[in-house]
Amino acid sequence: MTETWIILGATSSMAKAFARAVSEQGHSVLLTGRDTVDLKRSAADCVAYGARVGEAMKFDARKRESFAAIIKRAKAEDGLINVAVFVGSMPPQDEIDADPSLIGGTVTDSFTGPAEFLQGIAPEMEARGGGSVVGVCSVAGDRGRIGNYVYGAAKAGFATYLSGLRNRLTRAGGHVVTVKPGFVDTGMTWGIEGMFLVAPPEKVAQDILKAVRKKKNVIYTPFFWRYIMLIIRSIPEFIFKKMSI
Amino acid sequence: MRWKTADYSGWGRVHTATSEVARPERVSALEAILDDTPAPAIGMCRSYGDASLNDGGRAIDMTRMNRVLGFDEATGVLDVEGGCQIGELARIFAPRGWLPAVMPGTGFATVAGCIANDVHGKNHHGIGSFGEHVISMTLLNGTAKHVIGPKRNAGLFKATVGGLGQTGVISSAKIQMIPCKGDVMMVTERRIEGWDDFLEALDTSKATYSVGWIDATAQGNALGRGILEEGETGAGLIPKPKKSKSVPFNAPSFALSKPIVRLFNKLYYGRVPKSGRTSVKPISDFFFPLDAIHNWNRLYGKRGFHQFQCVVPIEQADALRDMLVKIANSGLASPLAVLKRMGAGRAGYMSFPMEGYTLAVDFPNRAGAEALINMLEEMTLHAGGRLYLAKDALATGRRLKPMYSEHAKYVAEMAKVDPDGHFTTDIIRRLDLRSEA
Repeated sequence: MTETWIILGATSSMAKAFARAVSEQGHSVLLTGRDTVDLKRSAADCVAYGARVGEAMKFDARKRESFAAIIKRAKAEDGLINVAVFVGSMPPQDEIDADPSLIGGTVTDSFTGPAEFLQGIAPEMEARGGGSVVGVCSVAGDRGRIGNYVYGAAKAGFATYLSGLRNRLTRAGGHVVTVKPGFVDTGMTWGIEGMFLVAPPEKVAQDILKAVRKKKNVIYTPFFWRYIMLIIRSIPEFIFKKMSI
Repeated sequence: MRWKTADYSGWGRVHTATSEVARPERVSALEAILDDTPAPAIGMCRSYGDASLNDGGRAIDMTRMNRVLGFDEATGVLDVEGGCQIGELARIFAPRGWLPAVMPGTGFATVAGCIANDVHGKNHHGIGSFGEHVISMTLLNGTAKHVIGPKRNAGLFKATVGGLGQTGVISSAKIQMIPCKGDVMMVTERRIEGWDDFLEALDTSKATYSVGWIDATAQGNALGRGILEEGETGAGLIPKPKKSKSVPFNAPSFALSKPIVRLFNKLYYGRVPKSGRTSVKPISDFFFPLDAIHNWNRLYGKRGFHQFQCVVPIEQADALRDMLVKIANSGLASPLAVLKRMGAGRAGYMSFPMEGYTLAVDFPNRAGAEALINMLEEMTLHAGGRLYLAKDALATGRRLKPMYSEHAKYVAEMAKVDPDGHFTTDIIRRLDLRSEA
């Protein structure tokens, strides 16, 4: 059956690996993001890897006027429509401390922007009887920590949104996978101190694909982050508030 | 762009380096780095010595610039970013009837790395070197961008192919693929009983792909015995290649001691029946047999290993035999030893190939290995042969430069395109390759 994947934030290395993986299965991909010059190269890559259609389109989480054209383009394809959300921004916490107005943009990029997009396309997915949504959140959303609690709060909000969307789309035959990656070897983590057990993006992409196929609800990738976060979540707040991890 | 302090090494793990490394994922990021701080590119670091190292300096890791930019199913012309890996291209395109024209012994090599070392494959005698199938490439050098090809800025092209990254960063390349029947190989293996038989078998082989494995521990009448492998692509259905395994830690040094290597080689030789055999394999098993074991270089222990590879002209085959005698008598060789007939095809000033025979042997980095390789290098020079820069870790400029008759042209091009030496790497410094004398 033919399917179309809309990839939001397709310039990230995780998104690129995922787009390649679905292309190899012959699906169509609409790669969206701000750097359309770079996205065109990725679109060509997807076609070479077997995508039926590979196109680059402008998407900016902070500009909702960029959403409609993408939804319209996806509607032009037959079959199920799927969406994978890889967008998000994580300004360093000290920059946010210096300029609290950065919070608005962080929350738009990581939560409300993609949520608004999903809300816009959900009726079409329901009308077509299903489709999958992959929402990439973060282990940072599981508990607010001193190092990045604004980003964490945005992703926690997105995770809760996805939980609700799952509730809704399941009724129409659709499905939502919430993905919580640990440390992934991307441009975002390159050269940052204190990284450990860093996973290659290709591994994360395969984990996500498997989760979509098996209709998993919430996955941690690599899997052991589920247990790391279980421990972190179990720490009583009166102790946690004094820790810096 | 963030820079990361990274320790890395050549594949032989004898030479190591610490550099500030950037890893761009987009062309715009790569261009910004080169505008700001031009630095040599590195890929999968599969060259054995120090060709990919820039100790104490900066390096640009190109492995994330690995997209296919276009493919013409009718002509087989493939446009790729420099960091694309050969094995991945074979995996994607062989089922559709196309293969990279030249594939080196590891599928992890990047396209840009294959160009910068002008690599050869098991079909070199028929089809030539990698650089001969490059239609054009984009070279980034500071703020300059050169699109070059065999007939477009030919001097710079010849200095870039086999040029060890000294002319700038190869950001993308158009290469001509060759048709193949499918993604399986028909492989014929036969025992060869000794040196003279081996040369004759290589000379008379009609196969598209051929390579000889040599038992470099065999002496006397058995000197030069081994197995000739010949392959042709084919179509068919076979099980997928087995999942790759990994060597988790450094092996102890006795793992490759003389009696163990002798025994291994004897068993390896005996594994092929006297009458020979033909089997069907996944292409990756034939072209990249060692890639199935990740980090196999750890088998040589923490001190690493050297690979000696030379080529000598046909009429100097006896010199190569003398080298093999020295190697066999030394008891230092590992099981990895390869003999191949090489054609004349080469595309750059510093390209390795010449019409003749090439011998490659791995030696664990232990007492006596350096002295032996030193002697083999001298014998190569006397035989009018060449050492392979992608493998070399020990030579000196004085010995190496006379082997490359077009070295002066390379130097001249370098002086024009990178006068400040931004792209200089460890191998260039060790061999003093940027000066003529």
